[in-house]
Amino acid sequence: MNNNNEILERLTTEVYEYGFVTDIEMDIAPNGLNEETVRFISAKKNEPGWLLEWRLKGLRQFQQGEMPNWQNFEMPAIDFQGISYYAAPSKKAKYNSLDEVDPELLATFEKLGIPLNEQKALSGVAVDVVFDSVSVATTFREKLQELGIIFCSFSDAVKEHPDLVKKYLGSVVPYTDNVFASLNAAVVSDGSFAYIPKGVRCPMELSTYFRINAKNTGQFERTLIIADEGSYVSYLEGCTAPMRDENQLHAAVVELIALDNAEIKYSTVQNWYPGDKDGKGGIFNFVTKRGICKGVNSKISWTQVETGSAITWKYPSVILRGDNSTGEFYSVALTKNKQIADTGTKMFHIGKNTRSRIISKGISAGQGNNSYRGLVQVGIGAENARNFTQCDSLLIGDECGAHTFPYIESKNSSAIVEHEATTSKIGEDQIFYLNQRGIATEKAVALIVNGYAKEVLNQLPMEFAVEAQKLLAISLEGSVG
Amino acid sequence: MLIIKNLKASVEGKEILKGVNLEIKAGEVHAIMGPNGSGKSTLAAVLAGNQNYEVLAGEVTLDGNNLLEKTPEDRAREGVFLAFQYPVEIPGVSNINFLRTAMNEIRTYRNLPPMESKEFLKLVKEKQKLVEFDAALTNRSLNEGFSGGEKKRNEIFQLAMLDPKLAILDETDSGLDIDALRIVSNGVNKLRTEKNAFIIITHYQRLLDYIVPDFVHVLYNGQIVKTGGKELALELEEKGYDWLKEASKETELV
Repeated sequence: MNNNNEILERLTTEVYEYGFVTDIEMDIAPNGLNEETVRFISAKKNEPGWLLEWRLKGLRQFQQGEMPNWQNFEMPAIDFQGISYYAAPSKKAKYNSLDEVDPELLATFEKLGIPLNEQKALSGVAVDVVFDSVSVATTFREKLQELGIIFCSFSDAVKEHPDLVKKYLGSVVPYTDNVFASLNAAVVSDGSFAYIPKGVRCPMELSTYFRINAKNTGQFERTLIIADEGSYVSYLEGCTAPMRDENQLHAAVVELIALDNAEIKYSTVQNWYPGDKDGKGGIFNFVTKRGICKGVNSKISWTQVETGSAITWKYPSVILRGDNSTGEFYSVALTKNKQIADTGTKMFHIGKNTRSRIISKGISAGQGNNSYRGLVQVGIGAENARNFTQCDSLLIGDECGAHTFPYIESKNSSAIVEHEATTSKIGEDQIFYLNQRGIATEKAVALIVNGYAKEVLNQLPMEFAVEAQKLLAISLEGSVG
Repeated sequence: MLIIKNLKASVEGKEILKGVNLEIKAGEVHAIMGPNGSGKSTLAAVLAGNQNYEVLAGEVTLDGNNLLEKTPEDRAREGVFLAFQYPVEIPGVSNINFLRTAMNEIRTYRNLPPMESKEFLKLVKEKQKLVEFDAALTNRSLNEGFSGGEKKRNEIFQLAMLDPKLAILDETDSGLDIDALRIVSNGVNKLRTEKNAFIIITHYQRLLDYIVPDFVHVLYNGQIVKTGGKELALELEEKGYDWLKEASKETELV
């Protein structure tokens, strides 16, 4: 038993693989947040007046806003004036081709397993990479353009497709939504934009890789994806950051819009720096993600694998407005050391015959704390709405915590809402059984955890499912007994 | 192959094994019988390296290697296989993926390259047939939702796949109906070779109608109190254990 505890101890204290820093010349805004900061960012990006106006509204809302107080952890004091809201590699604001990108940056992404050279790139995946506050490269842009698919940085979209941006920006997550959404509106620096035209099935995975590098900065990106009638797109985001002793803030907003018969599949593999074993440092991940199934028969599916961040606070949600629309949420959240995750989803059933499915798998190890928080709301007109929720917790060791906060509000008597929940512990007998077949404890735990999370991992695009499996195993290295 | 000398072990501070001596040679099948609580399953658990049991004294060697100082996984890699009395369920981990992992871990330990997929699948098919294991169960999650009998049969299938030197069957017959018992026994009989050995732990003589042992040992109160041929099992069936208990008391008094 002692032996297993030692392995557990080691697993939970494993070092973070992506914690290096890229030494590169940066253009960094002075710390602090006020109207000047917002104007500075907007000017840096040569933005149109309407966008600056919107940012300023966000700022004013943020200044009056209050921090949320309902989450299952104590909200850390964040010094919003102590952060720089803009940091960009200084050589060139935007690269015309990959040849112009600083080799140091290319090397950074190569090291992270994201080759930006299209020849080397994962076939079938187009990548937009965001380094601190700016997008540095987007691959396969031309190839996608042939099909009328727009995939570019948020900044480019503002310049090249202002009508689309103006029409949909803030339409799902308004700047008034919550204090972090207000902050994001004020200081949004970059992010990804995708538009899939009518009837087009996007032939490759669209992907954004977010990297925080600079010190004392935060990342405040915005992702906007619009799937026009009858289109389909699968999108994936990944994220990492260096190891630093101070906490860094990541407050992103993602908005998805699915029109009639369209489908958006959105996957996240979140591996921000989680802090050290004593809980020092790490990313504060306060993210607002929401999609709207605007059209009939549309579908939005969120899949997330959350292994990083000191604190994760996110609830990817779906507004099911179109009749017969479907919302899905598949989540694996892993917390170890002193990590905190308060995550879940909201499904708003408005249209008739709307369906939602929620599969949440929490894994707590070390002294990690994992909460599932979910809301299923059935509106008065949502005839025959159906929801199924399954919410499982897996505990590793005896110092961690798992909590569930499911809320159900139904105003329509024809709705059927189901909720199932389980809590289990990795048993010593399970580990011994695998040991007895020649499998060492560390591998045994990885096997058990991956088995537990399989239903969610299966939702990820092929290339990333394997990565996510490895990530879960690595994240648990040193945390299991 | 296996030599156990004066093995003493306890669980939760209570001494269960009180000096077990046993020698097993390659090609032999040994049955260990005895009343409830005599230490049969403890012996199996200690040999496999279950850390809930504490070894107090004695030694165990497998082909001259000290087993007791090895981790459970290294014992398995050295060729010790325990067919569990209560096999656990591991949801989401497919039987075949688990077996492949186990097999490759064992091969790595023996400095062998991982087995090619094709070769592995061929072996799966062959062994499934040999021990009459339902192919549909191979692809299901490890023991999840299996009936008691299916779990036991899966143990024998794993045994066939991993091909150990020493197989310990811990009450594999308990909870099996007569057909399953026959299938399990046939499997074991087919797997017997000159090179491997079996320890069959059982309560009942009926298993030994199918798997004929070379030796029968009676474990009572943490010690082997009687050893004989296969006819000893019949004698036990007829007379029960009480006469041995008496005999053992007398020995203690002496």
